[in-house]
Amino acid sequence: MKELSLNIFDISQNSVKAKAEKIEITLDETEETLAITIRDNGCGMTAEQVRNVMDPFFTTRTTRNVGLGVPLLKLAAEQTGGGIRIESVSEKDNPENHGTVIRADFFTKHLDFTPLGDIVSTVTLMIQGAPDIRWIFIHNTGSGSVELDTDELKAVLGDVPLNNYDVIKWIEEYLKEGYADIHYNMGYNL
Amino acid sequence: MKSLAELAAIREKMKDKVILREGTGEIRVVVGMATCGIAAGARPVLNAFVEGVNKEGLGDKVTVSQTGCIGVCQFEPVVEIYESGKDKVTYVKMTAEKAAEVIEKHLKGGKVIGEYTITNAIS
Ligand SMILES: Nc1ncnc2c1ncn2[C@@H]1O[C@H](COP(=O)(O)OP(=O)(O)OP(=O)(O)O)[C@@H](O)[C@H]1O
Ligand SMILES: [Mg+2]
Repeated sequence: MKELSLNIFDISQNSVKAKAEKIEITLDETEETLAITIRDNGCGMTAEQVRNVMDPFFTTRTTRNVGLGVPLLKLAAEQTGGGIRIESVSEKDNPENHGTVIRADFFTKHLDFTPLGDIVSTVTLMIQGAPDIRWIFIHNTGSGSVELDTDELKAVLGDVPLNNYDVIKWIEEYLKEGYADIHYNMGYNL
Repeated sequence: MKSLAELAAIREKMKDKVILREGTGEIRVVVGMATCGIAAGARPVLNAFVEGVNKEGLGDKVTVSQTGCIGVCQFEPVVEIYESGKDKVTYVKMTAEKAAEVIEKHLKGGKVIGEYTITNAIS
């Protein structure tokens, strides 16, 4: 992937597919590191599935026999000297409290670090595609943070869906302003 | 500064449109957003449809949504167009520019762009 935000988009689609009601994306940056955490309350995976998911020849999908999403994220992290971790509780093992946390750690000064890219467009379009999910986005940078919780928007919007064009536009502008306020330099589209 | 008050205003505006919205979504544009699609550039294609459909005033007639793998990775980004009473049209190797053309000619003009379809790509 050309941008880490595309990996984030892709990994989030796994959470959507896992029927999560809530997906939390957290980016924590320090001087030299970036941690991306995607946490969902979807159907989760068994211990065996988690072991296999790092391997490109594992997938539960029927149309094709290889899953690429997780291995690509893993590669992007490992090529900077970092790595990924997956913790998951399957619905079968715990019907009350299940879900998945995927965390990827990057060393941002490494030559092979992939830039984050257009995170604003990514978050906006993720919400557009799954408007019934509660999306929580938190990006902690060295100069401040950008946060969005769709439940706060829904409390005001009532019946108006999150994928209404005006709402999507509002979300995009809100995030852009958030990044401008903290003078965050992402080198894309701002 | 963006405020929640603006969202309240959107809600007010939509109240009057509720009746109009009945029977909408005559055309469905579905963008494949699986790993292969995203890697091949599906995000700007999706964005072009979301923006273009609104800009051309097609919002009441056309819905833009996302799906997982359509199963033709070598042709990504893939976009499917569903319209009641018509055959599904599958556009392949899409770009934001091609999306603008599809909005203009197909969604507005009702004319399929044969050159961009999967039928053309595999024949
Ligand atoms: N958040 C999650 N919740 C439940 N299962 C998951 C989650 N993330 C991944 N998985 C499981 O791991 C498999 C592999 O995921 P991965 O993203 O690598 O590939 P894929 O989604 O199957 O295909 P691709 O991403 O290449 O389109 C998934 O098919 C799914 O079964
Ligand atoms: Mg995936």
